[in-house]
Amino acid sequence: MSYPEENEAALHRTWSERPGWLGWLMAVNHRTIAKRYLVTTLLFFVAAGIMALLMRLQLARPENTFLDTDRYSQLFSMHGSVMMFLFAVPIMEAVGVYLVPLMVGARNIAFPRLNAFSYWIFLFGGLMFFAAFLLNTGPEAGWFSYVPLAGPDYSPGKRTDFWAQLITFTELSALVVSIEIIVTALKMRAPGMSLDRIPLLVWAEVVTAFMVIFAMPAVMLSSTFLITDRLVSTHFYNPAGGGDPLLWQHLFWFFGHPEVYIIFVPALGMISQIIPTFARRPVVGYLGLVMALVITAFLAFGLWVHHMFATGLPPLGMSFFTAASILIAIPTGLQIFCWIATLATGGQVRFATPLLFVIGFFFTFIIGGLTGVWLGSTTLDSQLHDTYFVVAHLHYVLIGGAIMPLFGAFYFWFPKVTGRLLSESLGKWNFWLFFIGFHVTFFPMHALGLDGMTRRIYTYGADRGWQELNLVATVGAFILAISVLVFIVNVIVSLRRGALAGDNPWNASTLEWATRSPPPPYNFQFIPVVESRDPLWQKGERRHVVGLSNEVRSVLITAIHDAQPDHTTTFPSPSLWPLLSALATTGLFVGSIFTPWAVLWGSIPVAVGLIGWFWPSHRETEINRRLEIKPESPAR
Amino acid sequence: MSTERVLDVSKLPTYAYGNRSLMWWGTWGMILIEGTVFVIALVTYYYLRDFSQTWPPEGDPPRLLFGTLNLVILLASGWPNQWAKKAAEREDLRAVRIWLVVGLLFSVAFIVVRGFEFPALNTHYDANAYGSVVYMILILHTVHLVTDTVDTLVLTVLMFTGPLEGRRFVDVAENSLYWWFVVLSWIPIYCTLYLAPRML
Amino acid sequence: MNHSALHPAGLHAAQIAHLGLTFLIVSCAVYVMVIGVLLAVLIRRRRRGSDPNTLSRSERRALIGVGVAVGITTVVVTALAISEFVTRRSLEQDTGEPLHVRIIGHQWWWEVQYSSDSGAGQVQTANELHIPVGRPVQLQMTSQDVIHSFWVPNLQGKRDLIPGRTTHISLVADQPGRYEGQCAEFCGFQHAKMRIVVDAQSPADFDAWRQVQLQSAREPVSDLERRGKQVFENSTCVMCHAIQGSLASGTIGPDLTHVGSRSSIAAGTLPNTPQTLVLWIANPSAVKPGTAMPSAALSGEDLRSLATYLASLK
Repeated sequence: MSYPEENEAALHRTWSERPGWLGWLMAVNHRTIAKRYLVTTLLFFVAAGIMALLMRLQLARPENTFLDTDRYSQLFSMHGSVMMFLFAVPIMEAVGVYLVPLMVGARNIAFPRLNAFSYWIFLFGGLMFFAAFLLNTGPEAGWFSYVPLAGPDYSPGKRTDFWAQLITFTELSALVVSIEIIVTALKMRAPGMSLDRIPLLVWAEVVTAFMVIFAMPAVMLSSTFLITDRLVSTHFYNPAGGGDPLLWQHLFWFFGHPEVYIIFVPALGMISQIIPTFARRPVVGYLGLVMALVITAFLAFGLWVHHMFATGLPPLGMSFFTAASILIAIPTGLQIFCWIATLATGGQVRFATPLLFVIGFFFTFIIGGLTGVWLGSTTLDSQLHDTYFVVAHLHYVLIGGAIMPLFGAFYFWFPKVTGRLLSESLGKWNFWLFFIGFHVTFFPMHALGLDGMTRRIYTYGADRGWQELNLVATVGAFILAISVLVFIVNVIVSLRRGALAGDNPWNASTLEWATRSPPPPYNFQFIPVVESRDPLWQKGERRHVVGLSNEVRSVLITAIHDAQPDHTTTFPSPSLWPLLSALATTGLFVGSIFTPWAVLWGSIPVAVGLIGWFWPSHRETEINRRLEIKPESPAR
Repeated sequence: MSTERVLDVSKLPTYAYGNRSLMWWGTWGMILIEGTVFVIALVTYYYLRDFSQTWPPEGDPPRLLFGTLNLVILLASGWPNQWAKKAAEREDLRAVRIWLVVGLLFSVAFIVVRGFEFPALNTHYDANAYGSVVYMILILHTVHLVTDTVDTLVLTVLMFTGPLEGRRFVDVAENSLYWWFVVLSWIPIYCTLYLAPRML
Repeated sequence: MNHSALHPAGLHAAQIAHLGLTFLIVSCAVYVMVIGVLLAVLIRRRRRGSDPNTLSRSERRALIGVGVAVGITTVVVTALAISEFVTRRSLEQDTGEPLHVRIIGHQWWWEVQYSSDSGAGQVQTANELHIPVGRPVQLQMTSQDVIHSFWVPNLQGKRDLIPGRTTHISLVADQPGRYEGQCAEFCGFQHAKMRIVVDAQSPADFDAWRQVQLQSAREPVSDLERRGKQVFENSTCVMCHAIQGSLASGTIGPDLTHVGSRSSIAAGTLPNTPQTLVLWIANPSAVKPGTAMPSAALSGEDLRSLATYLASLK
């Protein structure tokens, strides 16, 4: 045995999680944590979906008494908040947490314990939120929580405070994951994976991570201002004290618009992986696709005022946002055309379920994108804003643009995660029920909005004439629910009896398919050396890296532009500190809903947790010193 | 295994400084995030100001003495901070210990002065929107001051007690990066809180 | 359809609908073209794998196709943006001497004030806006509590009512009619039941209506009405409501001087009849749960007389 990697048993020992329930709590493997995210977010998705079904039951008939206004307000506030903060963003990041290290050829994600911490914070925030809801203290002012309605005068009690604190939990979790994804993609790529050989899903996740970093602080601050207005009588939003309700809207939407691109852009990356695989050729227009992602991310920060067109802001300012809102169609269009070009110039297209969902994306998202152009016009928006037309639009772009590709991604990568393929026949049922159910639910809402039906109403008069289309939408919602049920059944059945996948069942081209399904704890026995954009389609034997220690969690760090090997480092072993720190942080966050002193006293256990986390262990330090090779000086 | 098909990394260093290290990138990620927080907080200040006829709406602007004193102390703390970084890159443990301790003395000083800054703001967080945003901005910066001080304290203790390996010197070097962020971010904040109401 | 953006009854709504039609036609054309190409691409039968020799040639052609498509997209969206700007500019032009009306939003009703036009005095009413056909109406709006949004789809787009700020919108009706809308910004528990009605009348009818509105409340004629007025003045109603010409001058709730002349009560929640007035006054929380209006501690006969009196205030 000349190279450490040849001793797989040693690699296994070094990289495995600790056994037992304690080991479960100490996990730092990125795939373990990503799978936890996936399961948890899907549970939140089902919960928020059930809330939607309840709302649709209430709206199926005029002047219905199934839900009263209080319950209904809580349900639509929960539905939006859970879908946006506890499902859509975390699941898109989770896909990145699972796939980015694999796709760049790394053994784990950067800052593994931080990754574990991010999951616990996300989980505890979600649990707090649902606990509040079940105790009849759920938010009631919408997922967007406009002031003064959500302020101390018009939303008494703790309901909105729980909402505001959910923001704090979920943005902390998303922010730290973003740092991990960026650092992994920039510094931990396999040798030879230069910038122009990085898979498009990795590009999408990196671009998204940057959007998170610049967008989340705005909502973090705005929700903090809201909490202090409510708890200690500050006047950020109080007109009587010199504050401004529109300040909330500016800060919230400065985050809120990039937020929907944070959800959408990773899905674009997923499509860019799925289409070339089933078109049996490399993607057309790689450079254009990367530029489109980057331009979309920049433009996303210049659109937020289009949520405020009805507030009477100066017309000249609004013109800028109209122009940007309409222009963003161009980079998105570029991506769509590149994908069609890829399908056009490839081999015989294989219509497996992942591709069906991607085709569903085309049919659905394009409608949403077009209605988005309508809404970008201040003139049209003045009629359409805050009506069911917008409800239709947002679901067309979020479900068509993000969730359909996500389901495609589930079917595509399930074999890699679990080692078994999902059933294709159940998959087709899943797809068609989803596609039909979606359009039956949301297409009529365009007409309802044009006919005057405003958003967030718990009932409507029989004289309005809205009942027929509402009933149709309710039927569609249940079809959608059945399709999700089919998906769950497919997952359960296939976990047990699905066809064994092997390493690369789709004959795809990227590095995650170069290892076992599911991958071993160290991801790759030998880190590959990359020589093209589609390494697995390259003819001939691939080179690989040797010499990474199997005694410690040794990881290769490479240079940014051309991924030349630079140095190795030791990644941390499993640890309980992320969980303990997350518990302490939860105590601080939840306590500060009730008293500002929680910030002061709560920071002590947090400090203890973080110090314990950082403090190096004697044993590991000794091993590291034995293996230490100092960097060359003065090149330091 | 033929040597052309393998890339042998066993002789590479096991840690590195500056932008070669993951810690540097992670720290810059933090700086981007916290910097954005500060930028948005300052934008909020100017937005509320634009919305108001007089500024401050009532009372005097914050007293210049303590804020300016802290500006001087913070900028001065850059020296021991930078020397600690250089000592870490040289792996000179004795010098690292000295400069970290000196830096901590500066920390104590500016936290004490910050304690005097708050009452000298001439407003209160629940007085009006001006008071709310002034307090919020100062509190945000103070949180960074305190956490960076605690970070540095823990690192200093570790440098005395061990266990130490080469990587810990990288931690010291990157800690200085965050310290610079806390120091330099004070400049636009100081200008906004103390100078803007007097000049604009 | 008296609450539809697709049935414009005024210049503004008509221009918006016209722009909407343009966007719709262009959108349909774009969708059909893109999906058409996609389907054509998917349905074509091809060799199993792709031949590397023809790959680069077909790729070059494909990239040109992409470039052309992006170019067309740019032209199309620019044209749409220009048409939007043109429409917006033309919507901002106002012709004629506008009628000025102030609207103040409350949870969950609309306060409507007609400023004194050439010294004629101020009209104070609620939930109903009467306007003369053909004359532009300038609305000056704010809110007393949370953000609301004024929207009458047949006539114009919507505009928010924001506490601490004043917003403006102008509208004009081309034909007489009743045009309905409802609050378009979530404003709390009874956001769903905050309707606004715009009654567009001929100029003569409008003037007549306004003359009546300027007068003090009609004196009670029958015994029942007299008893009702007494009940009103002796109960807690006067703390929130005003009736010009009586002792009641509360400003927290809608002005009731001419409440009998309105087509509905509780902001469009119930039609305006003595029976529904009884229902509303006896138990407002049953009609609009969460409302600030307390139940009146009144018995059957008192309640009936009060309703009769209010219904008489035309």
